[in-house]
Amino acid sequence: MVTGFPAGRRLRTRAPRLVGWPVLVGGIVVVGVVSLFLGAAPVSPAALLKGDTEAWRLLLLSRVPRLVAVLLSGAGLAVSGLILQTLLQNRFASPSTVATADGARLGFLVAVLLFPAAPAAVRVAVAAAVAMAATAGFVAAVRRLRYRSVVIVPLVGLVLGNVLSAIAEALAFHFDMVQSVSSWLTGDFSMVVQGRYEMLYLGIPLMAVALRFARRITVAGFGGDTAHALGLDYTRVLSAAVLIVSGITALVVVVGGQLPFVGLVVPNLVALIAGDNLRVTLLPTALAGAFFVLIADVVGRVVIFPYEIPIGLTIGVIGSAAFLVTMSRRSTHVAGA
Amino acid sequence: MIEITHLHKRYGSQPVLRDVTARVVPGTVTALIGANGSGKSTLLSAVGRLIPFEAGRIDIAGTGVHDWHHRELARMLSILRQAPRLDLRLTVEEVVEFGRFPHNEGPPTDEDRAAIEDALGLMSLREIRDRSIHELSGGQRQRAFIAMVIAQETRYVLLDEPLNNLDMKYAGRVMAVLTTLAHRRGRAVVVVLHDINMAAAYADTVVALRDGEVVHVGSVEDTMTETVLERVYGVPFPVVRVGERPFCVYHTHPASRAPEQAPEQAPEQAPEQAPERAPETTPPDHR
Repeated sequence: MVTGFPAGRRLRTRAPRLVGWPVLVGGIVVVGVVSLFLGAAPVSPAALLKGDTEAWRLLLLSRVPRLVAVLLSGAGLAVSGLILQTLLQNRFASPSTVATADGARLGFLVAVLLFPAAPAAVRVAVAAAVAMAATAGFVAAVRRLRYRSVVIVPLVGLVLGNVLSAIAEALAFHFDMVQSVSSWLTGDFSMVVQGRYEMLYLGIPLMAVALRFARRITVAGFGGDTAHALGLDYTRVLSAAVLIVSGITALVVVVGGQLPFVGLVVPNLVALIAGDNLRVTLLPTALAGAFFVLIADVVGRVVIFPYEIPIGLTIGVIGSAAFLVTMSRRSTHVAGA
Repeated sequence: MIEITHLHKRYGSQPVLRDVTARVVPGTVTALIGANGSGKSTLLSAVGRLIPFEAGRIDIAGTGVHDWHHRELARMLSILRQAPRLDLRLTVEEVVEFGRFPHNEGPPTDEDRAAIEDALGLMSLREIRDRSIHELSGGQRQRAFIAMVIAQETRYVLLDEPLNNLDMKYAGRVMAVLTTLAHRRGRAVVVVLHDINMAAAYADTVVALRDGEVVHVGSVEDTMTETVLERVYGVPFPVVRVGERPFCVYHTHPASRAPEQAPEQAPEQAPEQAPERAPETTPPDHR
């Protein structure tokens, strides 16, 4: 057959997709190691080598748990954002813009207020349940929308999220706990020590399931009609995704608090470079999310050393800057989508 | 074989398909024609199990369309409505690869590779296989999604206005490829077409709908007469012969002009009669 078609203006090579890996992995290792020796109480490599038990105790009880919590939270939120953006076909979707995070916060609050003595697992379970209900309600509402414009999807999410946080605030007010509630819910990893973060490990199997579903999630991202035409059980993939995203978000909210922007910005940045095929981008997105939160954490611990800025704040600053960059880079597509 | 028997479908209280009975046999190209709002796309979507219907039956190879397991049906029947998303950062090759999804969820096998290469070649996409969908023109994107459907390698292929966005050259090529699939590979191809002359040039059977009813089924020669066209479109469009082929001259017909020029006694849907796609003299669309 005659191909009569001029050669492509620019052939995309796969090389840029491979460059990202060493940068991400190397960056996480280097900054991660630095973060282990960062803090008011001194822990030095020399002390560790000499077998200083106090230094080892500090490292294993506080510094390592914090590092793990930071990395898992970042990875989890970025993956959640990626899944939501794909399924909702909207680059502005993320756990904090579609009410998942607000649902998790409300659930967490309800659990703390109603069952103060219950173990952390109960808090996670209640937070996940409310997050799931909020996300499922949101997805159902969006699927009913006749005209799904780019802005209407996050707008509906923000409205729903604000309703949920208003309920949370009313509850907190009623129990006279407004102050402690707001301090619990601001993103903060300074209280993460051994025994208070291990639940986050549950995020790993959840992300593994997402990776296994990567192809199906990408197909679902073509929209219901095309997904059905390709033989995908669309509703089942949607439900599974809501479960994964709500579970991860609830874990992060309970352990580390609210971390805005991660789920919004990181998937967009990765997609700019590596595209929208989740089988290719899911792992890099997880790594980039981990790296992003790690940097925010380290910055927060360095700026007013030996004190700390809560990570919610540093993420807000770094994240909004990154957000503006991604939006200006893809402004044409947002307008056209 | 696709057998549609006494199909009824309504949106709210508005009936869109009324007692539709038709059949599609493998090895042929069937064109679905009709005015805007006549129910062609609805019929195609119903056959493609994308929408439910109230009464009647649709059987695909002897089994009710909603009785099929979704994945098995996707290996038997493919349907493409409009190209799904404009902003996807997937390469052309990745999109075509997703056509193999019903057959194989894992990494592509040799069989998948062959189907993908075949589809890329048929749609002349090899040169742009590594380009991302979001940076292509509307026509290139359309061809990529048609290639995805071809790579699905189903016995039944349903396409809703596949020539949208395509320039003259590729509109003709897509139709030629579809006839090849039907005649050489025994597929049943059903295409919703706006341009009656495309149907006349490539279809084996024409099914015409008006107000949700089948008003005509026949060969091209049977269909391309002023009587039939009037029954379908409400306007007796003149048919001439170009070479051996019948050719409908709708481009300059009074009913195709702006309403103020059309006389009062023009048919009730006069404004909607204007052909949606520009006549063949328009330059290729490259957004």
